[in-house]
Amino acid sequence: MELQTLTYLVVGFTFSIYIGIAIWSRAGSTKEFYVAGGGIHPVANGMATAADWMSAASFIGMAGLIAYMGYGGSVFLMGWTGGFVILALLLAPYLRKYGKFTVPEFIGDRFYSRTARAVAVLCLIICSTTYVIGQMKGIGVAFSRFLEVDYNVGLLIGMCIVFFYAVLGGMKGITYTQIAQYCVLILAYTIPAIFISLQLTGNPIPQLGLGSTLVGTDTYLLDKLDQMVMDIGFNEYTTDVRLSGLNMFAYTASLMIGTAGLPHVIIRFFTVPRVRDARSSAGWALVFIAILYTTAPAVAGMARLNLMQTIEPAPGQYLQYEDRPQWFRNWETTGLLEFEDKNNDGEMYYSADPQTNELVTVDLDIIVLANPEIAQLPNWVIALVAAGGLAAALSTAAGLLLAISSAISHDLLKGMIRPGISEKNELRASRIAMAAAIVGAGYLGFNPPDFAAGTVALAFGLAASSIFPVLMMGIFSSRVNKEGAIAGMLAGLGVTLFYVFQHKGIMFVESTAFLGDTPENWFLGIEPNAFGAVGALVNFAVAFGVSAVTQAPPAEVRELVQHIRVPAGAEAALDH
Amino acid sequence: MAKKMTEEQAKAYWHRNLALMLKLLIVWFVVSFGCGILLVDVLNQFQIGGYKLGFWFAQQGAIYVFVVLIFIYRWRMAVLDREFDVEED
Repeated sequence: MELQTLTYLVVGFTFSIYIGIAIWSRAGSTKEFYVAGGGIHPVANGMATAADWMSAASFIGMAGLIAYMGYGGSVFLMGWTGGFVILALLLAPYLRKYGKFTVPEFIGDRFYSRTARAVAVLCLIICSTTYVIGQMKGIGVAFSRFLEVDYNVGLLIGMCIVFFYAVLGGMKGITYTQIAQYCVLILAYTIPAIFISLQLTGNPIPQLGLGSTLVGTDTYLLDKLDQMVMDIGFNEYTTDVRLSGLNMFAYTASLMIGTAGLPHVIIRFFTVPRVRDARSSAGWALVFIAILYTTAPAVAGMARLNLMQTIEPAPGQYLQYEDRPQWFRNWETTGLLEFEDKNNDGEMYYSADPQTNELVTVDLDIIVLANPEIAQLPNWVIALVAAGGLAAALSTAAGLLLAISSAISHDLLKGMIRPGISEKNELRASRIAMAAAIVGAGYLGFNPPDFAAGTVALAFGLAASSIFPVLMMGIFSSRVNKEGAIAGMLAGLGVTLFYVFQHKGIMFVESTAFLGDTPENWFLGIEPNAFGAVGALVNFAVAFGVSAVTQAPPAEVRELVQHIRVPAGAEAALDH
Repeated sequence: MAKKMTEEQAKAYWHRNLALMLKLLIVWFVVSFGCGILLVDVLNQFQIGGYKLGFWFAQQGAIYVFVVLIFIYRWRMAVLDREFDVEED
């Protein structure tokens, strides 16, 4: 069957599943809308969390980044998985015990302050909105590349699908669709990887294939890759450090604590029945994430090797441009691959030297997108990759939109503006807030602000420097008070924003950067994207400092802290 | 529903929890920041299959250990909850 038709069929089939789930899982109460009724099985929640967490960037972008950065790309692998250990040990069980609906609600109660809650809402909305723009763009791009639908039309279709299940079903609808989306995206990721690994190494498990010898030789795949990239002037693949060890350390730490502090991930743990389910659910989430994250480096290394061997089939012998394979021609038309015959010899030459390199554009997304074609897999696998990319973007977008809309309807409306609102009206308000959030995110997807690319990294920096420390102190200290928490959040946020803006420009307008974005100007050589960890340290220091010189929290707050530390039986008085 | 804890019991429970967390977080730090970043050059002198060992930790091993750590925490905490009679339901 024609690839185009097949892609329409596969994507259409997955979409009809999502709509079917939406109709089946309407939310009837605010508890169902915000936390899916609190009765989700921990394994199911783990799967939903994995889809919630793995965005278009994880699915399409990450393997390409690793292929390009080699060892340096490990910061994403360790950072985006290690965060779940912190989440499982330091946050999830206690926030589940607290047992309400949103992250700002906990901050407001623990720090007995509406101002703290409002600052938390602000941090949450900035983090989640910047993140959702990237997902919206991902949906539009996936549609336009695979289905040859116009970017705007594709985005509109995506918005309608999310609208359907998120507005009707809230967290309940989102949870069940995320489970379906996980299944789609993980199949779409692993099937091409298994085939490529088989072709190159004879080992069907990509994680082992990357450490195996190439078929018919006793040369290890990674040794061959190291030698090939070094021959054309790149650094050795397996040891190529990202700037410096310290920078890699800070980058990994920022991604880890940013992951643990992202509200749309945290609220997933409010949906399980018990504290011990929150613990195991985090473990299952990481199992499901690790399947993709340990496959990604194999996809990266193997696709890079394939690409280079296509261009240079034997040492010193380059492919004639006329003889380039079909997949190369296909992706040339999208502009993601570009060749320029600088010396007019008809041969393709790839090198680290920009003067002589003739492969002028190799978009990093190509590594995942073109993978099935490079491995000459059947058309249905290519169609599945399209559906997988869309599933990754849709599932993350829906989770983010829920975090945003519940902060608006529950924290701002019910918490601050109209505390007396009835259950029925709050449910209606939360649906309206969700609809408004989708329209707002769609608007930003249609007109992506210039700073869109830089802001996904900023979302992690902000979550790391503002939300994570305050949650952790709220659980682990009964001495940190409202003054400390508010000052800490603002200081962490401020330092991180200041550092990013000083190098990248105010609101990412480059001309306003007052210090150039080069390693000499960076504090200890730490790049702006890696600065969230430093912001978090500032947050902790300021919060403890301010708390030490201001009044201790009241007795009820110390009781609340006792209450959340123990799964059951700490005291009955606080059971509202 | 479990019985009400005394203050000393609550304190003891929390300290046992902290001690467990600390041990697991040390392992978490060692496999990622330690083996994957700080000691990577030393470990890269060794191989497992075609992987340099430090590179393997950074791109594979640390992730496997992370998964195991969370399940160990869950298991040890379930034991602790039973010991202090603070299980839910």
